[in-house]
Amino acid sequence: MSSGTTRKRPIKAVDNMFHDRITVGMEKIRARIKGSVKNFTEEHRPPPKKVRTAKEIFGGAETPTDKEGNQIMIRVRNLSKIYGKHPQEALRLLEGGLSKEEVQERTPNNVGLYDVSFDVMRGEIFVLMGLSGSGKSTLERCMNRLVEPTSGQVLIDGLDFTALGEEDLRIARREKMSMVFQNFGLLPHRDVKNNVAYGLEMQGVPESERLEKSKTAIDLVGLSGYENSMPSDLSGGMKQRVGLARALATDPDILFMDEAFSALDPLIRSDMQDELIRIQSKLGKTVVFVTHDLDEALKMGDRIALMKDGRIVQVGRAEEILQNPANEYVDRFVREVDRTKILTAGLFMRKPRRVLYVTQGPRTALKLMDSSDRNDMLVINRDNRLLGMVESDDVLRAVQSGDKDLSNVVIREIPSVGPDTPMKEVIQIMVTTDFPIPVVDGDGVFLGVVSPSVAADTMGPGGEE
Amino acid sequence: MMSSPVGVFADKLVDFIEYYFGWLLTLFKEILDLALELLGYVLNYPGPALFILVLIGVSVLITKRIVLPLLIGAAFCIIWWMGYWESSMVTLNMVIVATAVAVIIAVPLGIWAANSENANPVIKALMDFMQTMPAFVYLIPAVIFFGLGAVPGVIATVIFAMPPVVRLTNLGIRQVPREMNEVADAFGSTEWQKLTKVQLPIAMPSIMAGINQCIMLSLSMVVIAAMIGGGGLGGDIVYALSRIDIAMGFEAGLAIVLIAVTLDRLTQSFKEKAIA
Repeated sequence: MSSGTTRKRPIKAVDNMFHDRITVGMEKIRARIKGSVKNFTEEHRPPPKKVRTAKEIFGGAETPTDKEGNQIMIRVRNLSKIYGKHPQEALRLLEGGLSKEEVQERTPNNVGLYDVSFDVMRGEIFVLMGLSGSGKSTLERCMNRLVEPTSGQVLIDGLDFTALGEEDLRIARREKMSMVFQNFGLLPHRDVKNNVAYGLEMQGVPESERLEKSKTAIDLVGLSGYENSMPSDLSGGMKQRVGLARALATDPDILFMDEAFSALDPLIRSDMQDELIRIQSKLGKTVVFVTHDLDEALKMGDRIALMKDGRIVQVGRAEEILQNPANEYVDRFVREVDRTKILTAGLFMRKPRRVLYVTQGPRTALKLMDSSDRNDMLVINRDNRLLGMVESDDVLRAVQSGDKDLSNVVIREIPSVGPDTPMKEVIQIMVTTDFPIPVVDGDGVFLGVVSPSVAADTMGPGGEE
Repeated sequence: MMSSPVGVFADKLVDFIEYYFGWLLTLFKEILDLALELLGYVLNYPGPALFILVLIGVSVLITKRIVLPLLIGAAFCIIWWMGYWESSMVTLNMVIVATAVAVIIAVPLGIWAANSENANPVIKALMDFMQTMPAFVYLIPAVIFFGLGAVPGVIATVIFAMPPVVRLTNLGIRQVPREMNEVADAFGSTEWQKLTKVQLPIAMPSIMAGINQCIMLSLSMVVIAAMIGGGGLGGDIVYALSRIDIAMGFEAGLAIVLIAVTLDRLTQSFKEKAIA
């Protein structure tokens, strides 16, 4: 209250002093009123209206299976989406064998998708991958009908989803599926718990149960303690955790993710990818994941569909696509990001449990090293730039000679790699030292480490030929 | 004097409306009369001293500050001291009723304009017309339909002050990011839920700016409305004008300014709250 700026402006100071008291008082009154209104409404709640549930809607249809007996969750058949005034005419021209460009030249239409067919199995992460404009987002939006397809079918659990009426479509969206958005799509006027509860609110779940389920979902994505924060107070990674929690809160069968991690920093993105893989293996959701990033596709996808110009060029598991590109386009696409380049240090780096700041005293450093059971540790400065590493013997000497910080004992000449360095080279460096290899960007900012165990795991069978 | 067909058409239109929709207009007039009377009773019941105290209390709750409410109290004390209390209450009454009616009509209209590509240009043109047509012109049919007094004043004020609310509601909803609408759809919201739980809250700062504009325009209309017997501070000014009474004109004008600043600051703090 008595800092320099407020003393200069006494009116502000007085105002602020009262502001807090008034806020607290009003909050109490509001809570009391809300409580009594809630009691009243709960006593006088009308019996719930009978609406169909997703189970009833989807119950009639039989889930199809493939040759090996896997259940097909989503079956897309000859799906097309033409934007513009006369879609049928454009569709006829496409059927006549004209290319997308030719049709767009001859008619005022824009071809979003043409004749797309594939199956998504229950419980797999299916990646739709392609450059921007390839129609991957349109395809995903056709699958939950945020975009109405021009022709073709989407079967979900064996039921013709494209034929559902408006009311049934809403119910299916509430209970059967949910979506995570590229720019998070959090409602700015709601706190985290109420954002997460949005889908449940649409389902008509009573408030107490809603908040309970919302809490469970928040815990699941590791955001406990942020229930009452507003979205504007969160970082990008945390916002997308909220987005993920909201999608999971309704316990849907299908999760649509539209470039969900593209807006995040590389390291946070990698964390979120791990998080999604963890959650998916725990809950067994079917995930349709849209991305333009081949690294991400290879990491996340049980199967990948590669798209170009509104058509699917190849569907298959990551190795299949890498080893047997279906045509020249896929080949070029894959080769541009060739294998040694795909497996880069940035992909395998982790945040180390502990690093030391050079300004820390040697005693503190010794204690930290002792508690994490290490004889060596990386040292960074206040700007997050990597300086080098210290060994416990040297730190002990620094303690004895009464140094204030670690600058005298830092070993500055240590090997480091960039996030784009191929793993092959990283491993060659790794053989010569026993330490985790630090990863730094072009400006020397410390990003993470590649530890020998991680590298050994990932370079296992099939990685190196 | 002979009028061109344009004037004749307007004249006939007014006749037509009065002949066929007179009953509706009478109903409307009765409702407005009732609202003005009730609110007038509420405003005048406590008397100046208690009113000012209550006003300070309410301002504290709205702004959650202490200095601004005290300044507002001081402003109303000045009005009381100058001897314009009763006129001020009449003016305040008209402004509040006019703004309420304008918002009740304008917000749904703005929502409609935002959701319909057909309605949008029509509503836009209508709003342009309403805002640029000199305010005096509204007084003529208002007098024919509603006679003299506060009601036609309120009606003319509503027409004049409504456009910003329509425009800013329209704009606010159109500026809701596409992704937000997709969020509402993807989680199975009905159109009503989408509107009330997603679009309106996100558009709220814009709508509040429109309401703030609406209040300011209403206040600027009180003098004009006084020409058809609206009374209040506007009546005092018209009276002062006819007598070239500088002292009275300035005092009444100052009272309007003080009320305007008060209402502006109070609605501004609503807007800030909507943004936060």
